[in-house]
Amino acid sequence: MKYIMFSSLLLVAAPLAAQNQDLGQPIPEGGAVETIDEDAGLEVTVSFEGNLDDLGIAIPGFATDRDVATPANSSGTAALGKELARVITSDLRNNGLFKPTGPDALPQPSFAEITAPNWSTWSNRGAEMLVHGYVRGRADSKLTIGCYLYDMALKQELVREGWVVEPADWRRAAHKCADLVYSRLTGESPFFDSRIAYIAETGPKDNRTKRLAIMDSDGANHRFITTGRSTALTPRYSPDYKKLSYLSYVDGNPRIYVYDIGTGRQTLVTQSSNPTFAPRWSPDGRWLLYSMAVNGNTDIYRVSASGGEPIRLTDTPGIDIGGSYSPDGSRIVFESDRSGAQQCYVMDADGSNQRRISFGGSRCATPEWSPRGDQIAFTNASSFNISVMSPSGGNVRVLTNGWQDEAPTWAPNGRIIQFFRTERNSGKTALYQVDLTGENLRRLPTPVDASDPAWGPILP
Amino acid sequence: MNTRVATGLMLASTIALAACSKKAPEELPPPPTETATPAPTAPTGPSVGSQAHFVNAVGQENTVVYFDTDRFNIDAEDQMKLQRQAQYFSQNQQVNFTIEGHADERGTREYNLALGERRANAAKNYLVSIGVPANRIRTVSYGKERPVALGSNEAAWAQNRRAATITIN
Repeated sequence: MKYIMFSSLLLVAAPLAAQNQDLGQPIPEGGAVETIDEDAGLEVTVSFEGNLDDLGIAIPGFATDRDVATPANSSGTAALGKELARVITSDLRNNGLFKPTGPDALPQPSFAEITAPNWSTWSNRGAEMLVHGYVRGRADSKLTIGCYLYDMALKQELVREGWVVEPADWRRAAHKCADLVYSRLTGESPFFDSRIAYIAETGPKDNRTKRLAIMDSDGANHRFITTGRSTALTPRYSPDYKKLSYLSYVDGNPRIYVYDIGTGRQTLVTQSSNPTFAPRWSPDGRWLLYSMAVNGNTDIYRVSASGGEPIRLTDTPGIDIGGSYSPDGSRIVFESDRSGAQQCYVMDADGSNQRRISFGGSRCATPEWSPRGDQIAFTNASSFNISVMSPSGGNVRVLTNGWQDEAPTWAPNGRIIQFFRTERNSGKTALYQVDLTGENLRRLPTPVDASDPAWGPILP
Repeated sequence: MNTRVATGLMLASTIALAACSKKAPEELPPPPTETATPAPTAPTGPSVGSQAHFVNAVGQENTVVYFDTDRFNIDAEDQMKLQRQAQYFSQNQQVNFTIEGHADERGTREYNLALGERRANAAKNYLVSIGVPANRIRTVSYGKERPVALGSNEAAWAQNRRAATITIN
């Protein structure tokens, strides 16, 4: 019996080794963030009624009760308090909606002042809103971080929240504080505490090295997953952030793999010699869509995330590819060239009721359903701009105008769209993001050229 | 002129078709690299089954077929090239080969991967239809990942929309 088990293990081990040969060291999984049940603030209406980008927000350094050593900052918790305020400031500034003032231009409040602000200090600086916070090093080396938002005109607290995080996750507490402030002031859902998977690109146009990489929503904690030996493309985070699906040429053919972040190993999405493309998770993480070409004809399939028999959802001659679930998981928007050119279609999650929704005269590609459900972002593959439309195909709006913009991906709150832009001739690529309104276009800093962004949901 | 009817080897019709054809990019792509030509052993020339042997036998221009934007049909000019390739494979039964399908940069990444696969299969299917055993032909799509012409203009894109035949050593 032992002998049989051993030999069957050997059989499995060989292909696994081949599949994993492009992978770097496994990366640590993120720790859990515990939200502290602080006394809720009173329900207060924000006093400010002008444009948010005129809103002065003062974000001084977070105070600490006792400056102690922490793995999160070599100078201790007091220095970490300033870093926290810097991260929050840059989150809110880069978003384009606010003009915050950070800790380097402000006095440092004391620990006692966090819950009892010295109002005159801040009103003299023209601040309409005040963010205060504290950081406390615990005996178990974890950090307790509190975040408070005050309305200066009302001299009242608007909202507060606290979190216990591992030292390595200190930036998550800062993003959660930025999310708290953003949500309270705009009424929108949070998005800063999230991650992005993308493809890092280097080298000349005819010999690009393309590596799977991940980073926080602000570009921090950047890590490469693959070594670059094989071309990697089109990643997608699973909704629980435990897996990444992506395309790799690691065995010489384009195939979709599911990479397990905890174990650092990966498996094929389906055991088939056919090429597979375009992985997409369902919002609940239970299903994975992919496209597979059989004799040159590409159709969309659905497979359970835990394995099992794939189900083919499309069967028309031509290329049916991509696919993005509606937030409730009931429908899928995808692209097909069954009409002669790329157009966007919607079907029920079981493949029934396929109907075309794009009729604008341009090619419609890479549709992505907004997490709010009210919009579909897509690549206009005639002019190569990022556009949005309603789920029925109406109200088309063009958001960008680069030489070649493609592959939109939504922020967790459905207010911002990220995509990648290719330069004419040089082929250089970079990640950009733009508001749903078409405002606040900005380039995301990445260590090298970047493409194929995939923005995950709010971290669990 | 896109029909698959066996217009075949009729020279006259081929010339007529070539005249109104889209393709024939001004510069032909360089021969595929990394063919690992064996160390030259005196006067023998490239060994059977090497890419150099294949290119010498059929001519570089006959190892690659080109496509219109978004298209994957094998027209008369492509058929001539593939017939030339089929002759080589019939004369060298031990040689297997890969057809690489490619697309130009003016397409979205995933669609281009599927389009490259469709182009490679179109070339394969034609070869199979004229007698090359399917099990000797492997296809792989590189989408827009491996351009041979680096400019961002029509001439470059026309060279990159291609299916290239590479021998497997």
